Amino acid sequence: MTLATARGEKYAADFKALTESRPVGDWMAELRQRGWDHFDSIGFPTARRGNELWKYTNLATLDRGKFGFQLDEPNSVSAEVLRERAPWSDDWNTLVFIDGRYSKALSQVSSDDGVQALNLTDAENNETFRKNLGLHAAADENAFSALNTAFLTDGAFVQISDNHEGTSPIHLLFVTTPASFRATYPRTLVVAGTNSRATVMESYIGLGDERGFTAPVAEYVLNSGSGIDHYRVLVENEESFHIGITRVYQSDNSTFTSTSFALGPKIGRNDVHVLLDAPGAECTLNGLYLTTGDQHMDNHISTTHAKPHGTSHQFFKGVLSGNSRAVFSGRVLVEKDAQKTQAFQKDLNLILSHGAEIDTKPSLEIYADDVQCAHGATAGHTDPETLFYMQARGIDKVTAQAMLMRGFASEIVDLIGVDGIRDYVHGVVEEAIPRLQAAAD
Amino acid sequence: MLQVTDLHASVLDTDNEILKGLSLSIGAGEVHAIMGPNGSGKSTFANVLLGRPDYVVNSGTVRFDDEDILGLFPDQRALRGLFLAFQYPAEIPGVRPWQFLKAALDAKRAYAGEKPLSVRDFSKLFDEKVEAVGIDPDLVKRSLNEGFSGGEKKRNEMLQLEMLEPRLAILDETDSGLDVDALKIVAEGVNNLRSPDRSFLIVTHYQRLLNYIKPDVVHILVDGRIVETGGPDVAMSVENHGYEQYIKAAAAD
Repeated sequence: MTLATARGEKYAADFKALTESRPVGDWMAELRQRGWDHFDSIGFPTARRGNELWKYTNLATLDRGKFGFQLDEPNSVSAEVLRERAPWSDDWNTLVFIDGRYSKALSQVSSDDGVQALNLTDAENNETFRKNLGLHAAADENAFSALNTAFLTDGAFVQISDNHEGTSPIHLLFVTTPASFRATYPRTLVVAGTNSRATVMESYIGLGDERGFTAPVAEYVLNSGSGIDHYRVLVENEESFHIGITRVYQSDNSTFTSTSFALGPKIGRNDVHVLLDAPGAECTLNGLYLTTGDQHMDNHISTTHAKPHGTSHQFFKGVLSGNSRAVFSGRVLVEKDAQKTQAFQKDLNLILSHGAEIDTKPSLEIYADDVQCAHGATAGHTDPETLFYMQARGIDKVTAQAMLMRGFASEIVDLIGVDGIRDYVHGVVEEAIPRLQAAAD
Repeated sequence: MLQVTDLHASVLDTDNEILKGLSLSIGAGEVHAIMGPNGSGKSTFANVLLGRPDYVVNSGTVRFDDEDILGLFPDQRALRGLFLAFQYPAEIPGVRPWQFLKAALDAKRAYAGEKPLSVRDFSKLFDEKVEAVGIDPDLVKRSLNEGFSGGEKKRNEMLQLEMLEPRLAILDETDSGLDVDALKIVAEGVNNLRSPDRSFLIVTHYQRLLNYIKPDVVHILVDGRIVETGGPDVAMSVENHGYEQYIKAAAAD
């Protein structure tokens, strides 16, 4: 349960302005209104005792009415800057969004009979779109899905036709340009047709150092026998607020394999829920998070096994330094009917400073009796034994520690199957290592 | 090359003194063995020479090439040419033997004022040595020492020894847990590296390894002190009569 708080009038004023200046069709207008009404009635959750979902995450700053929706046209960004600062390959199908607005000029979508990738305002009359948008991340699920729905404008709609395979990766690139206190609400809906295969990547990239607020919602619908390889890259900046919601719905024998990466924002949340709603579905959620300074990164990962013969993995790793804090709240729910479920959860953390803190809570909730489940979590400092071993080979302590961090992170980075994404994340990790080391004890 | 004089060392933050006045001297090109019963301080000595932070040196000196090395960090000692083949090598997740050795060799070369080897040259050298030491090439694609058997870890230590070509190599019970074939590989590695300017200190409980590596000098360590120094015949005496004779003599002092 969330609790209403006194909130600024800013969001209400923005919503009113949006409705007036960016009218949409009746269907979407109604959806927006539902989102707003829900947000208006509950407001932001508070980090108070008893509010289990949010007790570690202080959102008071969001409530002070400083963040505003940008109605003006977005700043211009050059293709060169995108190539330099964001994951990019000309081989991908890329939809680019600048400050929440779709940029047709920067996007690169090759025509492909099996795949439709378009701005969601162009999809308003698509039947699949209408049927699924907001079905899995409901407008009234929580404050952030509500807010995102209220401010629905541009976003990505990707539809993969039945039996379609072999499309080049689809990249949904959400870029924020320098500006203080801008709020953006990116929206994604991906529907994979029966027995189709696709790779979909979401990147949230900040070009400036200013504090912004990004509240994306992404819905993935996997029909029977389909497979999606999913990547989520969060590299905004250390002042940003990022509350991301991902909802995945899996039908029988579908496979969702996801790897997320987060470079610590000021306050970040990667809130993922996967519903395995038919037999034989398989889901893998991997993640890596790096935090330092006074950053807060929260991975709220949950998988529900509703039907038998499902398999799920959650594997997250974190490197924490400075006075940062991270949360891994991993939940696997195995319902009564979900016999023969296999579920595994693991969260491993490397803590570089005494000021850093990890709250790791892998949890299994099992109501079926014939299942195979296991979970584990660790949090440890760099092993002095290992450091001595490396030093005894002539490697100095700082280099040794960096190698250990790199090695620790590589276990997740190496899982990334798309070269352009892996290289990008690898580069971000390399740049982060000295900063994390500088804040280490 | 190495002069140790009246070395006293304890376990960090305790009064537990392990080395109680150890002295020895190793000349260039010599192979020395230190033997002793369990708990005599053999491994402690090997680790203190490299500066393991779990031990504190209370008094005495250790000079390597006439330089006092007790104030140096382990990596600084390694760069000067010391090497310890570990009894229990650390497992390093996510770091491949190749990366690890490249970093070590780059550091060594940088210290000597040399450029790092190119990836191609390094790979060539690495592949040669992997084959020479008899390591399964699939093994070196994994994380360093992770999931390696005891024997594989020891072979990997020998690989590092051969790659880094130290001036003084200390082998800390490298023979423990090895079968005869592995033992021969270790011995072959050491024998191939023997040279007039490279020395070895072989720490062992058993005489077995010394059948394959012929030491110039054998020391018997009992209760943190060297109680006997001699030739290979000293090792044979341990093989035939055990350590009891030395323990009794040390107790009588």
